[in-house]
Amino acid sequence: MRKPLVLRHPSILIFLAVLAVFTVAVTILSAGYGTGVISTSMVKTLGKTLCLALAAVAMDLVWGYAGILSLGQMAFFALGGYMIGMWLMVARTEGIVAASLANMPIPPTQAEITQATATQIFGVVGADSFPAIWSFAGSLPAQLALVVLVPGLLALVFGWLAFRSRVNGVYLSILTQAMTLALALYLFQNDSGLRGNNGLSGLQNIPGLDGVGQEKLSVWFLWASAIALGLGYLLIAWVASGKFGSVTRAIRDDEARVRFLGYSVEGYKLVVFTLAAIITAVAGALYYPQAGIINPAELAPIASIYLAVWVAIGGRGRLYGAAIGAVFVSLLSSWFTGGRAPAIDLGIYTINWVDWWQVLLGLSFVLVTLFAPKGIAGLIRK
Amino acid sequence: MRLFLFFVALAAFLTLAVQSHAQDLREVVTQYRAEIEKPSRQSIGPVIEQIAATGPQGAALLQAWGDRALGLRKSDGLMVIVGESDSQTDAVTGAELPTEDVTMLRPNSGVRGLIAAALAGNALSDPDRARRAQALDALARRGDASQLALLRDALDDPDPGLAARKARLERLLTIQHDPDPAARIAAIESFGGDTGLDFRASLNPILATRRVALETVPADANIAAELTPGGAMSRADAYAMLVAADLAPAQMTPQAERAVLAQHINQGMVGGVPLAQLGHEDARDRAWTALEQQGLVQPAASEAEVDAALARFRFLDLYVEPNADVTDAARAALRGTQTRIGFMQAADLSLDALSLASIYFLAAIGLAITFGVMRVINMAHGEFIMMGAYTGYVVQQFIANRTLSLIVALPLAFIVTFAAGVALERLVIRHLYKRPLETLLATFGVSIALQQLAKNIFGTQARPLTAPGWLDGALTFNDVVSISYIRIAIFVLALVFLALYLVIMNRTRLGLEVRAVTQNPGMAASMGISPDRMNMLTFGLGSGIAGIAGVAIGLFAQVTSEIGQQYIVQSFMTVVVGGVGNIWGTLAGAALIGFFQKGIEWLNPANTLAAQTYMILFIIIFIQFRPRGIIAAKGRAAVGA
Repeated sequence: MRKPLVLRHPSILIFLAVLAVFTVAVTILSAGYGTGVISTSMVKTLGKTLCLALAAVAMDLVWGYAGILSLGQMAFFALGGYMIGMWLMVARTEGIVAASLANMPIPPTQAEITQATATQIFGVVGADSFPAIWSFAGSLPAQLALVVLVPGLLALVFGWLAFRSRVNGVYLSILTQAMTLALALYLFQNDSGLRGNNGLSGLQNIPGLDGVGQEKLSVWFLWASAIALGLGYLLIAWVASGKFGSVTRAIRDDEARVRFLGYSVEGYKLVVFTLAAIITAVAGALYYPQAGIINPAELAPIASIYLAVWVAIGGRGRLYGAAIGAVFVSLLSSWFTGGRAPAIDLGIYTINWVDWWQVLLGLSFVLVTLFAPKGIAGLIRK
Repeated sequence: MRLFLFFVALAAFLTLAVQSHAQDLREVVTQYRAEIEKPSRQSIGPVIEQIAATGPQGAALLQAWGDRALGLRKSDGLMVIVGESDSQTDAVTGAELPTEDVTMLRPNSGVRGLIAAALAGNALSDPDRARRAQALDALARRGDASQLALLRDALDDPDPGLAARKARLERLLTIQHDPDPAARIAAIESFGGDTGLDFRASLNPILATRRVALETVPADANIAAELTPGGAMSRADAYAMLVAADLAPAQMTPQAERAVLAQHINQGMVGGVPLAQLGHEDARDRAWTALEQQGLVQPAASEAEVDAALARFRFLDLYVEPNADVTDAARAALRGTQTRIGFMQAADLSLDALSLASIYFLAAIGLAITFGVMRVINMAHGEFIMMGAYTGYVVQQFIANRTLSLIVALPLAFIVTFAAGVALERLVIRHLYKRPLETLLATFGVSIALQQLAKNIFGTQARPLTAPGWLDGALTFNDVVSISYIRIAIFVLALVFLALYLVIMNRTRLGLEVRAVTQNPGMAASMGISPDRMNMLTFGLGSGIAGIAGVAIGLFAQVTSEIGQQYIVQSFMTVVVGGVGNIWGTLAGAALIGFFQKGIEWLNPANTLAAQTYMILFIIIFIQFRPRGIIAAKGRAAVGA
């Protein structure tokens, strides 16, 4: 009888413990359930950061373990957000529309409510009826299933096409980048059915929970994000630890040799790629209700590259490294770009961090790649 | 001697005659003053002809009169022409006058038609060529039946160019205004497959249609097309037409039904149905039927009645032009024309695609060296393009002469980006040759740092990089096919680069050593070639070319810190699709992507975003079938790909 997973890898236990302590601490300090030291918007930022960490952990599975540098992960992240956003937007708009129509002398029919909702949602792109892809938007279970199905299918089809024709290394990176760029460009069109560059908005209001204030909702979402991160971390650690994980790492190190040993390299890669896409999509579905808005800019290739940057800075090949990198860099980034970092006065020139943060990030990234290829996690290991 | 005397007499007579013109105008104006002030269409004709016969000033007077720019001075009743910006001249002598209050004459349209005809007829045979050309222009803009006769009288012209224009205009006016259908058909057919805009414009009014719903179709109706409700025309549209023409009662829309029901609310009920139940269609129908039985509302047209009404009528597109032979000829001519226009549009599109392809080629050729030959993924390549463009902008700030600044900017951009490339290679890439994925990320770090630096230095707004004057304008072949000079210049530049690349790689020592180092660094080193030095130089060369491409791209695009980002993915696509490590492959890739993108844009002209989306999808699928690109590297060179 083998020892349980968490005992073989004590880092999992430590990670989960830190996550739990963090969540409890934030809850105690939050405005909704505690002292209010941490503002609601800060709670939201922390919750979003946990979602990003989950996406980073999934990215680490793809890149750090399977050696596929996917530069299109945020496409899955945003698709997950879009899928849940469709339900949030329809359900909420329908509620508002029904409330406003209820004052009319004659009660509205279902068809009239649907029509008015469609006009309300799609008026900005000059349409007044639901596109076919919104067929299930009225049903929460259906959209929750789509959160998993749509990105999963996309990853499955794209991965099958790419791995089958043995597209490898940097070519695959560029191809995944092209995928997210194509999707972003498509969604930018007004007739894409997802409101073009307006995107979906008002997602922070959860239908049916109007009585619950944002200060409580934000904590609920923080819990949900923390649970998702914990479960996702466990799942990925489990996948990466067994025989499956060993084969995956072998593919990363020498793909041809694994193939000659008789393993279906494409199959392993496909499973890893699709699993990571699904986990990323779940992270996105939790992220965007906290962000409140989603638009095609979220799919821009640069966003996916940042994800890779976080993983690299955190240290790839170690799941906690990816999570640390995402949390550290994204929080630091929002601190610097939020204008809260103090400007440095050099006498002849004042360094405003809003302007210089990107330069610092870019250069530090070069330095990490050159001198600390194992990232922050590598330093911990030492 | 007698002859001399004759000439003297003639000269004197001519002088007198010229003088007498002005005299005549004054006389005519004085004589017919009352008619001019209150003209009537029946009687004014001879007066207009007399005025027109007096010469240029008479024509000017008529012109002003027709344009409602002729007035009487309030102070003394002098007839004046009011020009633009209220300048005033004496209508008879043409002398400038101080601005005073004027009562304007306002001839009606009939009189103005007579004036215009007299002017046109007059001007078409005017001895001055410029005036004849002007009259033709006016005629081409708005010709009518009366002017057709005038034009036919004045077809002869000493100037062959004008004579040809007159003949063409005569045929165009014949198509539109000749009363004889045979003459019109002959004129239409005389054009053959002419693609001129004027010819197409003269056909379009003939082929104009109006949509009618008729119970009985008159025998002489010139039918363009018959529409069946539910087929070419939706049932709702067809019925709406009948309703609009008061031929059928309106069908009840849900909104209207609801509004009417709301008017009949009685003690919380409508037609005996409680309000709370009215949230369903069938309950509303029951309420409506109840109201109908009480005689409170009109019966709405049922589906069966709609069907019956639609069956009773025929829905037709009728030509406004009654003669079927003429419309047939016009349609045939237009079809022939459109075929030829289609070919020309294809030619124009090919030119566009060619220029897009050369832009992609320019952006990608530097990558073809760094990525194609050295296999280094340089995500900062786009930023080198940006540096080149900003170099061009900075040079223009110091050198005002556009041509000279361009001549300075091109080599300077090469030097700047060559240096940047060498620095990047020495400091970063050199350490990562064994780790290509990390090169990608490290150079991406450089890319965001450079972009932000450019933003900090030059700001976020677009900076102009203006092309020299001789690159303005376009080379126009005809109404359809044209290409701007700047695009030609970029095409030429792309060819120059291609030649340069081939010469450097195949004919110089540097090229030989570069190829040696790429194929087998160890062997090259043992032959005395320093791989380190070669890598540095090659990377610098690729970067330098990106800088020059940046200047070229900056000439037609906005120079911003994001200019490189717009090209980087496409550039990689170009190299990958073409086949890594082969310049002809890059050329083929650029051509494929350029033509494909323009082709999609042509299918869906309103949407360039969709074109890019489908292009990328196409590339993803293309890679499935030719993973190594159009021209795959073979043999030794392919190893390590």
